[in-house]
Amino acid sequence: MSVLPFSAVLSSRMSTKAPSSNSVAHARRIVQQLKVEAGFERIKVSKASADLMTYCTENARSDPLLMGIQASDNPFKDKKPCTIL
Amino acid sequence: MCDQTFMAATFGPCDSCGKASPLMNIYIKSEAINYCSFCVEMMACQQLQKGETLQSLKKESDSLKKKLEEERGKLNDVELHQVAEKVEVLSSLSIKTRRVLKGHGNKVLCVDWCKDKRRLVSSSQDGKAIVWDAFTLNKVSEISLSVFYFDSNAQNGLDNKCSVVPLSLDKNENLAAKKKSVAMHTNYVSGCTFTNSDMQLLTSSGDGTCALWDVESGQLLQSFHGHTADVLSLDLAPSETGNTFVSGGCDMKANVWDMRSGQNIQSFESHESDINCVRYYPSGDAFASASDDATCRFYDLRADREVAVYQKDSVIFGASSVDFSLSGRLLFAGYNDYTINVWDVLKGTRVSILFGHENRVSRVRVSPDGTALCSASWDNTLRIWA
Repeated sequence: MSVLPFSAVLSSRMSTKAPSSNSVAHARRIVQQLKVEAGFERIKVSKASADLMTYCTENARSDPLLMGIQASDNPFKDKKPCTIL
Repeated sequence: MCDQTFMAATFGPCDSCGKASPLMNIYIKSEAINYCSFCVEMMACQQLQKGETLQSLKKESDSLKKKLEEERGKLNDVELHQVAEKVEVLSSLSIKTRRVLKGHGNKVLCVDWCKDKRRLVSSSQDGKAIVWDAFTLNKVSEISLSVFYFDSNAQNGLDNKCSVVPLSLDKNENLAAKKKSVAMHTNYVSGCTFTNSDMQLLTSSGDGTCALWDVESGQLLQSFHGHTADVLSLDLAPSETGNTFVSGGCDMKANVWDMRSGQNIQSFESHESDINCVRYYPSGDAFASASDDATCRFYDLRADREVAVYQKDSVIFGASSVDFSLSGRLLFAGYNDYTINVWDVLKGTRVSILFGHENRVSRVRVSPDGTALCSASWDNTLRIWA
């Protein structure tokens, strides 16, 4: 299978300083973006934190790295050698 | 006969671009606008509202920024770690190195788990990608790549492309021949991920953009502009119906994007240096970031702000990579001081330090079923911790 040619090349180039002829367009874009962000519906940190905590505690039991699982169940942990009595 | 005389500035700094040049004397709503001829033409072409100048736009953006900060501040009624005081303190973890995978000839830059929870694929500066069976330590296959970068500092020989290599269990198949070039940027590709459907590929690049590609045709479906410097990392939101992803870069910002519209929905700027890695919290409502400023930070998407900073005076080296444990309670972070710090996400404290690597940790990844952590390092090895 040959390498497929791709039909689009991104042509933007990053420059840290916008040229002065674009500064109005640039400033307008920033104002637009800020307006979008200002319209975002936020919730209180107390509510967000409570939800994060709930998620953690609900899933804690099934988190092997957190709880540690039996060596016999964990394929990575070396099983204890058998002793012959 | 005209008797009136009035002063007109015919040469001086232009009100718009600031360059000293001959000025056109225009009056908009009786206000003198002293622009040079170039800016007058630009104004006409860009259909500026009457009186809209660079200054007025700057003033507007400053006041919007202030308003945003106020709005975010109003909702900051409590800190996450305060709410987390109710949660039990974690007992010490018994996580140790269980496997060391040797086989790469140079720095291991990147690693990821296969959905089957036992295979891993890693890539190295030696130009090879190796698929490992993590249980048996066997190398399943080795693929030579023309280049394969992932380190933001490794600029040599980066070919700006992202290729897809289908993996199969048949050892005899010549996988390199099936390699397909999908994405092409104008600078190095720093990160990539398949979308939920596996038919599309999302990439981030040193050219400051992210892009969504169709794997089959290689066509560019959407591009994401907004970062003002190299984008170093991206992560797809975990939801099945999710259409958002987060990216972080050298402009110290983490941006959340809508994949369909290309719109930048949210932006977070609190790091003090390059963001090397971003990773979603398992519920998809938050994400963490690792930065060269030696901190990892935790951002809640619904509260639209940073809610935790994971830092210690003794931790002074940059963090290269982060990943959450299955429940999201633990955050594993790999650092340039060769260690992995394990943080309690809710309380903000460090739970454990994992020693073992002999050089920088470049990537950490928790397995899909959460049983193990894999770390890749510049010491040419990978370690599996459990």
